[in-house]
Amino acid sequence: MNKVYKDAHSALEGLAHDGMTIMSGGFGLCGIPENSITALNKLGVQNLNIIANTCGVDGFGLGILVDAKQVKHVTTSYMGENKEFGRQFLAGEIEVEFTPQGTLAERIRAGGAGIPAFYTKTGVGTVVAEGKEHKIFNGETYILERSLKADVAIIKAWKADEEGNLVYRKTTQNFNPQMATAATITIAEVEEIVPCGEIDPDHIHTPGIYVDRIFKGTFEKRIEKRTFRKREAIKEIA
Amino acid sequence: MAWTREQIAARAAKELREGFYANLGIGLPTHVANYIPEGMKVILHSENGMLGMGPFPYEDEIDPDLTNAGKQTISELPYSSYFSSAESFNIVRGGHLDLTILGGMEVSQHGDLANWMVPGKMAKGMGGAMDLVAGVKRCVVVMEHINKDGEPKLVKKCSLPLTGMRVIDMVITSHGVFEIDKHGNGPMRLIELAKGVTLEDIRAHTDADYIVALNEEKVAA
Repeated sequence: MNKVYKDAHSALEGLAHDGMTIMSGGFGLCGIPENSITALNKLGVQNLNIIANTCGVDGFGLGILVDAKQVKHVTTSYMGENKEFGRQFLAGEIEVEFTPQGTLAERIRAGGAGIPAFYTKTGVGTVVAEGKEHKIFNGETYILERSLKADVAIIKAWKADEEGNLVYRKTTQNFNPQMATAATITIAEVEEIVPCGEIDPDHIHTPGIYVDRIFKGTFEKRIEKRTFRKREAIKEIA
Repeated sequence: MAWTREQIAARAAKELREGFYANLGIGLPTHVANYIPEGMKVILHSENGMLGMGPFPYEDEIDPDLTNAGKQTISELPYSSYFSSAESFNIVRGGHLDLTILGGMEVSQHGDLANWMVPGKMAKGMGGAMDLVAGVKRCVVVMEHINKDGEPKLVKKCSLPLTGMRVIDMVITSHGVFEIDKHGNGPMRLIELAKGVTLEDIRAHTDADYIVALNEEKVAA
């Protein structure tokens, strides 16, 4: 079975449809599937249900789909500084479910692991807990959170082999590995596709069983906050 | 007179211990890293998937694939590790971090924290704050003592939507340091005064109930 596709358009062929649920990897603009987002914008699919930790910025990342009013509902932990997103949210044009970041990660992990729901302490006593089952374990209160699944996951990795085994680089990993497991079809865009055997099996982050389609993309890798120190200063810490 | 933001950060750094795994929130808490005592090893966690967060990189070493939870470009250290968001919050939720230092809008006398939204204003999302306060062993808030309207931020009961209920152990404000008995019903204790701040200043600007339990050696600090 060939998993290697020419580009984002061909990888999304036959999958993109109005009202679909999409998981999109990345944290801020770090490790986002730039090429698949652009392709979804060009395909013009509407009423998208997006699951993503953050929603890009105006004009980049998922902000492209928000700007084009292709998004109906978002499950996210942080919408960030995106002005158009904020405008649509306040105008009631886009629905938002805020989920704590760790709960979001675990809901996705559970979705891929065949676990329908789980208990967590996160959010107890807050609006997040409203309407959810509460249960006491060992004297502490927990709430029940449901898992998440998607029709398609669009993710970004550094390297893939032809089997779809993936390796991520530095903090681009974030939500990508779990999203790969939680969708009916997972599309990974990568910087390099190598023949099988070139990646040490001990170094694979995401095994190919979770990855259905891969393509080599081109990446702008826009930086949200460019911070640095001068050579002589060594005390300043991020 | 009271502590400046930098002095609050410097005071918060005294809560760090050798070998601590710690998470510093965005904004003022980030500055705490500048005051880690020379020679003390503190391993910083960044919730987007890193332990051993290093300083800002040199300009010619900026890597768009390496950012912190505040989306700033950072650097790695010889002992750094990278992992997924699920792993990152296993670390948080599982109680593996020794300390988190967060910003706050309101803290109640029993340790409730509100720091993620103001009704009627644009909510941006809670990010990882609810997970951190629910999971980390010890939670410290750093903040101004009063808000921009001159109202107390240390209150009997939070009026803003909560980030967590009974989660905060200590609050370091521009006016002093308070300890909270988050698991019991003991009173909040004022243990240090900022330089130039009097007990009367604290009384005038604090809504929460507290008792004065100053450590005399630290009053002059």
